[in-house]
Amino acid sequence: MYLGRVIGRVVATRRIAGLAGEKLLIVLPLDETGEGVMESVVACDVVDSGLGDVVHVCDGREATYALRERFVPVDATIVGHVEEFAHDGSPAVDAAAAARRNKRRRNAGNGK
Amino acid sequence: MYIGKVVGTVVSSIKDPKVASLTLQIVQELDEHNRPRGKYVVAVDTVGAGQGDLVLFAQGSSARQTTATDGRPIDAAIFAVIDSWDVEGRLVYQKEGLEVLGASPAED
Repeated sequence: MYLGRVIGRVVATRRIAGLAGEKLLIVLPLDETGEGVMESVVACDVVDSGLGDVVHVCDGREATYALRERFVPVDATIVGHVEEFAHDGSPAVDAAAAARRNKRRRNAGNGK
Repeated sequence: MYIGKVVGTVVSSIKDPKVASLTLQIVQELDEHNRPRGKYVVAVDTVGAGQGDLVLFAQGSSARQTTATDGRPIDAAIFAVIDSWDVEGRLVYQKEGLEVLGASPAED
């Protein structure tokens, strides 16, 4: 599993039957300090996540275990919301503040 | 799962019987801003995606979890055709012909 920030949503009406009704969100994975470092992924969502939320994502075939229908080709699912996180003995980081910082830095980096 | 664009098909006449009946597509990986990542995969198409369609695909053992790919030696499967997506509240992509369905396309 890894941490991530929800940055978007995907609409796809033509899809495998077992995935009917499942919400698909775009997640930017975060490292242990809250920096976005990896490529964004599309993940199913079972905990009613929204734009800007810091979440934890289960990847691999295990991601299907959170879904109503388990026989579906899903390799990433958002399984929880993160309020704060800490690493290497440093003070806990507020997840919402980390998400806002990450968004600002990323927008600055994209020149937008 | 990743966003990808169907950019080609694969014709293969000598293959394992377990993959003989499957449709293989060449899928170019895209980032969240609809830009190519410079990578592609060969994926089994389970939803009838066509050339140029933007799709979602799954990789690894998850890709076997469809009736078309169950128990077969494949590791990437297209499972949805994308209508639209947005990032940070801004519409990034909308499929042609879907504008009439109500969602307003971005003006810029």
